[in-house]
Amino acid sequence: MPAISVEIDGVNYEDEVEARLLLVYYLRDRLGLTGTNVGCDTSNCGTCTVLLDGQSVKSCTVLAVQADGTEIRTIQGLAENGEWHPLQEAFHTEHGLQCGYCTPGMIMSSLDLLQENPDPSEEEVREGLEGNLCRCTGYQNIVKAVRKAAGEMKEGASA
Amino acid sequence: MTAVEDAPSAQIGQARHRKEDPKLVTGQTSWTDNIQLPGMLYMAFVRSSMAHARIDGVDYSAALEQPGVIAAFSGEDLADDWAGPLPCAWPVTPEMVHPDHWPLAKDEVRYVGDAVAVVVARSREAAADAAEHVVVDYEPLDAVVDMEQALEDSTLVHSDKGTNECFVWNLDSGDLDDAFENAEVVVKRRFINQRLIPTAIEPRAVVVAPVPASGQYTLYSATQVPHILRTMLAMTTGVSEEKLRIVAPDVGGGFGSKLNVYAEESVALAVSSRLKRPVKWTESRSENYQATIHGRDQIQDMEVAADADGRIRAIRADLKADMGAYLQLVTPGIPVLGAFMYCGIYKMDAYSFTCTGVFTTKTPTDAYRGAGRPEATFALERLIDELAAELEMDPIELRKRNWIKHEEFPSDTIAGLTYDSGNYEAATEKAMELFGYDELREEQHRRREDGDRVQLGIGVSTYTEMCGLAPSRVLGSLDYGAGGWESAVVRMLPTGKVEVVTGTSPHGQGHETTFSQIVADDLGVDFDDIEILHGDTKVSPQGLDTYGSRSLAVGGIAIHMASERLVEQMKEAAAHMLEAAIDDVEFEGGTFRVKGSPEASTTIQDVALGLFTAHDLPDGFEPSLQAECTFDPENFSFPHGTHLAAMEVDTETGEAKVRSYVCVDDVGTIINPQVVEGQIHGGLVQGIAQALWEEAIYDDAGNLVTGSIVDYYVPGAPDVPSFTTDHTVTPATSNPLGVKGVGEAGTIASTPAIVNGVVDAIRHFGVNDIRMPCSPERVWRAIQDREGHTQDDTSDQELEGGGMG
Repeated sequence: MPAISVEIDGVNYEDEVEARLLLVYYLRDRLGLTGTNVGCDTSNCGTCTVLLDGQSVKSCTVLAVQADGTEIRTIQGLAENGEWHPLQEAFHTEHGLQCGYCTPGMIMSSLDLLQENPDPSEEEVREGLEGNLCRCTGYQNIVKAVRKAAGEMKEGASA
Repeated sequence: MTAVEDAPSAQIGQARHRKEDPKLVTGQTSWTDNIQLPGMLYMAFVRSSMAHARIDGVDYSAALEQPGVIAAFSGEDLADDWAGPLPCAWPVTPEMVHPDHWPLAKDEVRYVGDAVAVVVARSREAAADAAEHVVVDYEPLDAVVDMEQALEDSTLVHSDKGTNECFVWNLDSGDLDDAFENAEVVVKRRFINQRLIPTAIEPRAVVVAPVPASGQYTLYSATQVPHILRTMLAMTTGVSEEKLRIVAPDVGGGFGSKLNVYAEESVALAVSSRLKRPVKWTESRSENYQATIHGRDQIQDMEVAADADGRIRAIRADLKADMGAYLQLVTPGIPVLGAFMYCGIYKMDAYSFTCTGVFTTKTPTDAYRGAGRPEATFALERLIDELAAELEMDPIELRKRNWIKHEEFPSDTIAGLTYDSGNYEAATEKAMELFGYDELREEQHRRREDGDRVQLGIGVSTYTEMCGLAPSRVLGSLDYGAGGWESAVVRMLPTGKVEVVTGTSPHGQGHETTFSQIVADDLGVDFDDIEILHGDTKVSPQGLDTYGSRSLAVGGIAIHMASERLVEQMKEAAAHMLEAAIDDVEFEGGTFRVKGSPEASTTIQDVALGLFTAHDLPDGFEPSLQAECTFDPENFSFPHGTHLAAMEVDTETGEAKVRSYVCVDDVGTIINPQVVEGQIHGGLVQGIAQALWEEAIYDDAGNLVTGSIVDYYVPGAPDVPSFTTDHTVTPATSNPLGVKGVGEAGTIASTPAIVNGVVDAIRHFGVNDIRMPCSPERVWRAIQDREGHTQDDTSDQELEGGGMG
C-alpha cells in the first residue's frame, strides 16, 4: 500500500493507505476527523470541502494518496487557541446554519472565497458558494454571515 | 403566577443565538455515520435495477468469497426474522389495499432501488465491492409509472391484490349540485403536483450495537422519529420493545424523509442479531434518491363555482395520489391530510374532496415538508388566481371578498375544522405595502404595453395550514395509528441547573434554544443553565417526535406546563422554608416571596438544594425535583400569511426569475425571531424549488432518470434572491403560549406564489397554466403555443427533463 505523509490541522500523519481510499474517508474513518462530512457521491453538495494547500477541494474527489506531502485544513482546525474564526462566529450570530450538516463545507468554501475576494458583494458570495448545497437555510443567512465575517477579517487584518 | 404572565418576558421574543451551534461550527458533531464500534461490520444493499420483476434466484456465493466479507443474506434467508412486514400506521379506509412490504424483497421487486439482498463486510468499501458480485436472476415484469394507466389495472404492481387502486377517500360538505349548477362562473383546471426528492443533506445511516447475552440492542439512526421507530421495530421484528433503545444523534435535516421506519433499520437489527456484532449502514446519495421516500406526486383536478361578483360558492378537488410501490409509515395519509385544506382561508357553501391512492412501480411516497398541505395550497391558490383572471378581477380583491374576516374568528370551515384565530387582512396589507404592490402592478402594465422582452408577473398566495399535529382524538377519527400528544419532564438539579426532557426530536430546528427560552422565563433561571435532552429513548422514554410543525405547538407547551407544575410543586417546600402559608407565597423571576414581606424570599435554586437534601421538608412531602406533563392539544394550530412574488419572465428564452419576494407570516407568538426567520427562509426555497426546478422523473420502464444531484436540480445560493420576511402576531387561542408552528409555512406558501407570478407575467399571451417545474423550456413553449407558432411534435405533457430545463 502506498505511504503518505500529510499535515492535517497542524498535525503530521504518516500512514499506509489503499490507493483508492478517498481523502474524506481517510479523514473520517482512519483518523476519526469526523468534522468533515459526506453528502453525495457526485461532488455536488460540497459538505466534504477542506483546504488543500490553501485551496478548497472536495475531499470526496481527492484520493488520500493525492494529499501526500500537502497541508490540509478542516473545520476542526479552524479555531485558533480556542478562538473561533470570524466565519464560525458569523455563521453562529447570523443563523447561517440549521441542521449544520453542510456547515463544515460551507465555512471552508467561504474561507477560500474570502481569501480570493476579501470584500464580496451578495452576488459574489452566492456565486462563490455555488458548489455547496444547503437544504435548511435558504442561503440568505449564510450570505449575511460570509459578508459579516469578511468585514471582521478586514478589520482584524488592518488592526 | 409565573414570569410569563406577570412580568415582561425576559427570554421569549429574543433572538438568542443558538445553543446548538458551537459543536456544529467546529465539527464536534455526532452524526450516525461518525460512530465506530469495536468489531463493527458494514452493510451494503443489493438493490433492484428493474422497476418490476420476479426474483428467480439470488446467488451471493461469489460475494462471500470477496476479501473482508463476513456474510450475505437474501430476502428468503431473513424471512423468519420478522414478526411482520414493514409498518404502515395510517390505513386511511377500512378497505384500503395494504400489500405486504418486507424489508428485503422475497419474490418480486417493485421499484428500482427495492432492496433484494445485503452483504456484510469488514469495511464499507469491501461491502460495496462484494455487493457487485451478487447475481440476481430477474424475470422482467411490466412497469407502470403513470397513475392513470395504473388505474386501468392492465399491469398490476401487486398481482395478488387484483388492483392498483389503494383507496378512495371522500369528504363532501354542503349542497354541491346546487352550487355548481347555479353558479355564474365555473373554472376547471388540472394541475400536476410533481414528484419531489426530499434530499436532506445528511444521508440516512443506521448503526446497531447489540448485547447478545441479554438480548439488548441500541439502534442509532438518522431519524426524526426515535420513539415511533422503537415501537414500530418492536412490533415488526423479533426484538422486544423494552430491550430496544433508539438514539437519534445529531441528525442532518429530514423534511419528512426521516419520518419513517425503513427496511435498512429492520435489516440492520436482524443482521446484528444474527452475527452478534455491531453493524453500520450509510446511504449513498444515489441510494437516497431511490430508496428514501419521495414527496408529492399528485394529479389534481380542481373546480370552483362562483358568482359573477367573485363570491365562491363551492370547490371540488379530485386527486390521484401516487403511493409508489408500497405503503411506507404514513404514505396513504399524506394526501388525505390535505382533505381539510382545499378550502384554505375562504368561505363557501359547498366542498368536495376525493382522493384516490394509486400504486405504481416507483419509490414509495410519504411525508415531505408540508405533507399534503403544500399540494392543497398549490392547487387552491392557483385555482383562485385562475378564477380572478376569468372574472378580470385583481387576485387580492377576489381573495378579500371570500376570506374569513378577522372578526369572524373562531370560524368553522366548510371542511369541518375550526380555525381559532387569524387576521388575513393585516398580513395582506403589510405584505402589499412591503412589496409595493400598486407600483409593481403599474410597472407590469407599462411593460406589457411596451411589449418588453422581459415581462413582469405578480404571484399571490394567501395560505393557511393546519399544523401542530395533533389532537389525538382527531387522529383517531382519521384512522391514524397513534396519538398526537407530546411529553416533557422539567427537572431541577441539586446545583440549581435545569434539565428538560422532551419527546420531540430536533434535526436542525433549534429546539434546544427555543425550549430553553421558554423554561428560562417559566423558572426564572439563566438561559445557559438549561440543558434540553432529546433523541434517546433511554433518556426520553416517552414521545412522538418531530414533524408536522408540532414540536413547539405541542412539545413546547408540554414543557411550559411541566415547568409551571414544577414551580407549584416547589412552592410547598418554599413555603415551609419561609415558614409561611403556601397561599402567601408567590413566585416570580426565579424567586419565591412571601406576599407583603419582600425580605422573606428564597430562590428556586435554594429550594432545589433543600429538596435534594430533604432534611427539612413538610411531613409527607415527596422530595421530587422534577415535574412532567403530557400535552394533548385540543385543536390544530393555523398559521397563515400572505406571500407575494414578483417574477420576471424572459419571453425569448422562457427563463423565469424571482425579482423580489415578500412574505408576512402569522405564526402566533414568536419565541425566537431569528429561528423563525430561518425556518421561513429555508421553507421558501424548498417551495420555490418545486415551482421552478425540482422534479423526479421516471422513464416508461420505471428507471429513475433523476437519480443523483447531478440530474435532480437542488437549488444553490445563486439561484435564489434574498427575501423580505415579516410577520403579524395573532396568538393561537388553543394553547397557553399562543404559538402556532412555523416549520412548513414557507414551503406551503411559496410554490403557488411563484407559479401564479410566472403565469401572470405571460397571461396576455393566452397562457393560463405552466406545469411545474416552470423550466425555461416549458415557459417558452407555452408562449410559443399560444402565439400560434408551429411546434415540433413534443407536447408539453410528454417532456422529460423539466427540472433540468
